[in-house]
Amino acid sequence: MGFAQKIGQRAQTTEKGLRVMKHIAIGILAATTMGLMASAASAASTLEAVKAKGFIQCGVNTGLSGFSSPDDKGEWKGLDADFCRAVAAAVFGDGTKVKFTPLSAKERFTALQSGEIDLLSRNTTWTINRDTALGLNFAGVTYYDGQGFMVNAKKLPGVNSALQLSGAAVCVQSGTTTELNLADYFKANKMEYNPVVFEKVEEANAAYDSGRCDAYTTDQSGLYGIRLTLSSPGDHVVLPEIISKEPLGPAVRQGDDQWYHIVKWTYFALLQAEELGITQANVDELKASGGPEVKRVLGQEADTKLGTDLGVSNDWVVNIVKAVGNYGEMFERNVGAGSPLKIARGLNGLWTKGGLQYAPPIR
Amino acid sequence: MTQTDLSWVRTEMAQAMPAPAGERGLVAWVRKNLFASVGDTILTLLGLVLVALILPPIIDWAFVQAVWTGPDRTVCATIAQGGIQPDGWSGACWAFVNAKFGQFMFGRYPLEERWRPILVGILFVALLAPLLIPRVPHKGLNAVLFFLVLPIVAFILLVGGMFGLPHVETPLWGGLLVTLTLSFVGIVVSLPLGILLALGRRSRMPVVKTICIVFIETIRGIPLITVLFMASVMLPLFLPAGVTFDKFLRALIGVSLFAAAYMAEVVRGGLQAIPKGQYEGADSLGLSYWQKMYFIVLPQALKLVIPGIVNTFIGMFKDTSLVYIISMFDLLAIVRQNFSDASWASPQTPASGLIFAAVVFWLFCFGMSRYSMFMERRLDTGHKR
Amino acid sequence: MASQEVLREEPARGSLINDPRVRSIFIQVVAALALILLIWWIVDNTIDNLQRLRIASGFAFLKGRAGFDIADSAIAYSSDNTYGRAILVGLLNTAIVALAGIITATIIGFMVGIGRLSNNWLIRKICTIYVEVFRNIPPLLVIFFWYFGVLSVLPLPRDSIELPFGSYLNSRGFYFPRAVWGEGAWLILLAFVLGIAMSWFVARKARQRQMATGQQFPVFWTSVALIVGLPLLAYVASGFPLSFDLPKKSTFNLTGGFQVKPEFLSLYLALSFYTASFIAEIVRAGIRGVSRGQTEAAGALGLRSGPILRLVVVPQAMRIVIPPLTSQYLNLTKNSSLAIAIGYPDLTAIAGTVLNQTGQAIEPIMIMMAVYLGLSLLTSAIMNVVNAKMALVER
Repeated sequence: MGFAQKIGQRAQTTEKGLRVMKHIAIGILAATTMGLMASAASAASTLEAVKAKGFIQCGVNTGLSGFSSPDDKGEWKGLDADFCRAVAAAVFGDGTKVKFTPLSAKERFTALQSGEIDLLSRNTTWTINRDTALGLNFAGVTYYDGQGFMVNAKKLPGVNSALQLSGAAVCVQSGTTTELNLADYFKANKMEYNPVVFEKVEEANAAYDSGRCDAYTTDQSGLYGIRLTLSSPGDHVVLPEIISKEPLGPAVRQGDDQWYHIVKWTYFALLQAEELGITQANVDELKASGGPEVKRVLGQEADTKLGTDLGVSNDWVVNIVKAVGNYGEMFERNVGAGSPLKIARGLNGLWTKGGLQYAPPIR
Repeated sequence: MTQTDLSWVRTEMAQAMPAPAGERGLVAWVRKNLFASVGDTILTLLGLVLVALILPPIIDWAFVQAVWTGPDRTVCATIAQGGIQPDGWSGACWAFVNAKFGQFMFGRYPLEERWRPILVGILFVALLAPLLIPRVPHKGLNAVLFFLVLPIVAFILLVGGMFGLPHVETPLWGGLLVTLTLSFVGIVVSLPLGILLALGRRSRMPVVKTICIVFIETIRGIPLITVLFMASVMLPLFLPAGVTFDKFLRALIGVSLFAAAYMAEVVRGGLQAIPKGQYEGADSLGLSYWQKMYFIVLPQALKLVIPGIVNTFIGMFKDTSLVYIISMFDLLAIVRQNFSDASWASPQTPASGLIFAAVVFWLFCFGMSRYSMFMERRLDTGHKR
Repeated sequence: MASQEVLREEPARGSLINDPRVRSIFIQVVAALALILLIWWIVDNTIDNLQRLRIASGFAFLKGRAGFDIADSAIAYSSDNTYGRAILVGLLNTAIVALAGIITATIIGFMVGIGRLSNNWLIRKICTIYVEVFRNIPPLLVIFFWYFGVLSVLPLPRDSIELPFGSYLNSRGFYFPRAVWGEGAWLILLAFVLGIAMSWFVARKARQRQMATGQQFPVFWTSVALIVGLPLLAYVASGFPLSFDLPKKSTFNLTGGFQVKPEFLSLYLALSFYTASFIAEIVRAGIRGVSRGQTEAAGALGLRSGPILRLVVVPQAMRIVIPPLTSQYLNLTKNSSLAIAIGYPDLTAIAGTVLNQTGQAIEPIMIMMAVYLGLSLLTSAIMNVVNAKMALVER
């Protein structure tokens, strides 16, 4: 009897202890969940949600130099990353109010669809399927690209055209339009090849570098970036053929026109700024001294409503240019002459200079 | 007839003779253990050849020829590859590990905030060590500190955003920090969850039992990669619009649920090994279900399955390396990511980095398995006949 | 009598809360309701999300043109085939690598496991080191080790290492001659099947005879003769209908012959070596689980050490070994999904690609889960049959 009572008593005290522990555990769980869960309440409008949390969550590539890659200090650098900053500047007037989510090719669309990110700026090709079946809206083409090939000229002397690649092993990243274009190209030219398909860019790079593949295929801009990371960059040449159109651009979710417009017009504003010669250096000066069109674009016209109608402040273009410069500056800094990639403007030049970049008027 | 007493009784012990020369010393040992028969001799020779083929090149590569310090890839590349080493040189590039050590440990955790994970690490070791040494008293208090207080303190320290500590987002975490955080949380969550699932599976309530069986068997039937895929790609679609989880939390949930299903099966094995008499004895004392389990059954059952539990922990520790699938940078992933750093890319870099990661993983897993063997012997209170 | 009736009429006093039956029903109803609510909530959210985001759903995509190529395929496949067929290719690749891995891991595992109990000190130590090293590092690392550490440092195709029988080894894989069957080759296959059937028959008869008379019959050598001899005979009789397609060097790679790609090789070797370390421990535990008395008794009956191992120890050890062995086989099958890290087109990799090309996340993952569950169940079922055959038949 005594024993049973003892057990009972001990059981009671322990039970009390257990109950306390349970409360603590629930508390911890709740705290953790609250801490890590970013609930945007009912996402009536992306703009409202973004303003409420105070930053833009932007999906970028895990590491593609020139477009989005972290530097030594963990700062994201590149054209795609800068575009995110431009949108942040338009919304908040502050280009630093952006957080980056590195995404693999596989994750990118779900991340956008589910609301994990507000904007996908991850060298993504604009296709009809992605606009319709995937529920995306592409806001424009920040970089006109095309798929190309790279080979090791030292190991394969004499290969100077993609049409000589019959029988080659080709490294490619999975789940991209690149993979599909590759299949189409070799089929159309009645050539055989061995696809060596990797999940991540890093893996494909390493495999190509170690000699697993004869050729590497991806967007040409990517090839230049990847070449820099190989153990002997000088040995590799990018073949002249471009086998596809790869218009790369930022995308947002469907069903929120306001947010779509903000992203779209941020892109156009970058182009417009370049066209009008507005740069990071002279924007403050031009605010006062510019011609009527410059003043209109910079929101200096009396009673202008161009910015507020869009849902941002009227000096949004000033903020964008102050944060990242105009499109041309962004380009040169990240992929052009001012970068190790040294890619020529080409198709990405303004329409006035023989390129394809053309913005509807801001008026 | 004269009778002579022929009986002779030895009155003192005979002098013990030393063992024959052929039975002692090095020679005998060698003969017994290496050359006992013709077959044995052949096996020994084969083994010697194997060792001779493998060991010297490894020692040569990892120690003799290795480069320990250096500013960039040139020290690890031959002249033909653009470095300073003579042609034909091949050795480990520990300089790479040396240069990237901070990253391997903390990922991209901000430099000026690195004292936080270091402090958490010190607290972790300071609380874990006395918990593991059986002689140290106050185990109860220690366990509460370790399993309840430490996670809160670690959470505050690592995540920040309160008490004046700057917030550090989880995408910046990486390296060993992520590996250890994931496995620690996985262990702390999966053990109780696994026990509950095991009890549920052995419950007499058909609905509860079915739910537990379906959960356990489904999780055990699919690879962790699929679970992580689900956590990263499908989970967002399951939640109401606009609600998203941190990716780190998603990985934590995936890993914990996965480990819990395996833990449940281990614990079930222990529960089944407890004789029916123990349950009936507890019932006859009038203990409630939870009292019965807490005081009578689980202490015995868990003791029986300690090796299984530790094996599950080891498995989970190794499995954390799969989070790279959902673009998180644990130790292995961050080592691999650094291969693509142009300033360190050389033919020797990948092997050196991988071997470094392997040694770190090995030390942890080997340590855990040795400790489990030690505890097993200590707790062995006569179940073996 | 009366008191009994009183007892029966008056159920246990006290509130309903303390009635275990009521409590059990209550708990179950709550659990079931909670589960149903959770599922309903998830399904509702998902449908809402899919509709709001205008993501296509349903399995119609399986009939769509895949558009991507797959390097390793057991069945005919091109980019013109459907997504469904692409997934089937992935499934077959998973099955192939899992099966090959299981066989190799079992062989290595048994060798190492027995080696750990050897009287030979050196062998014992080598086996122990092997087990302790491979057991304690992640399988992903083992795969990387083979892929980046071993196979990628092999020479390029033009400087291939030449092996006997016209085989080559280089960084693109292992090449060996492919058998090309000519006319009348079906005879050889027929002879092979016939040989197996006859061996089985001989084994049965020999067993019956041994049971009846105690006389033994050399079943093993007869079977070897039948299974090897009959096809050889057919080969000669049908006029040597076999030629070999030898690998030859061309611009980029070796062409012709049969190529085993490095992705497959590293995955297969890594899975085999990793799982073997676990199987070795299981085998060791199994053999040690057979009491010494069994060995001694068998020795006392006059059996030599070979038959003791084969007829007494191993059959008993197998009973201990098979259940954990089954779970190792399941682990190996599941670990084959690590293929994704090195680009071997297994089910996970291809389903992932399909997921990305179609933008439909839920359906490919459902297929993936269903297939892995199916494979697990299949492996378990086969091993259960083996286990039932091995189990102790008590009188």
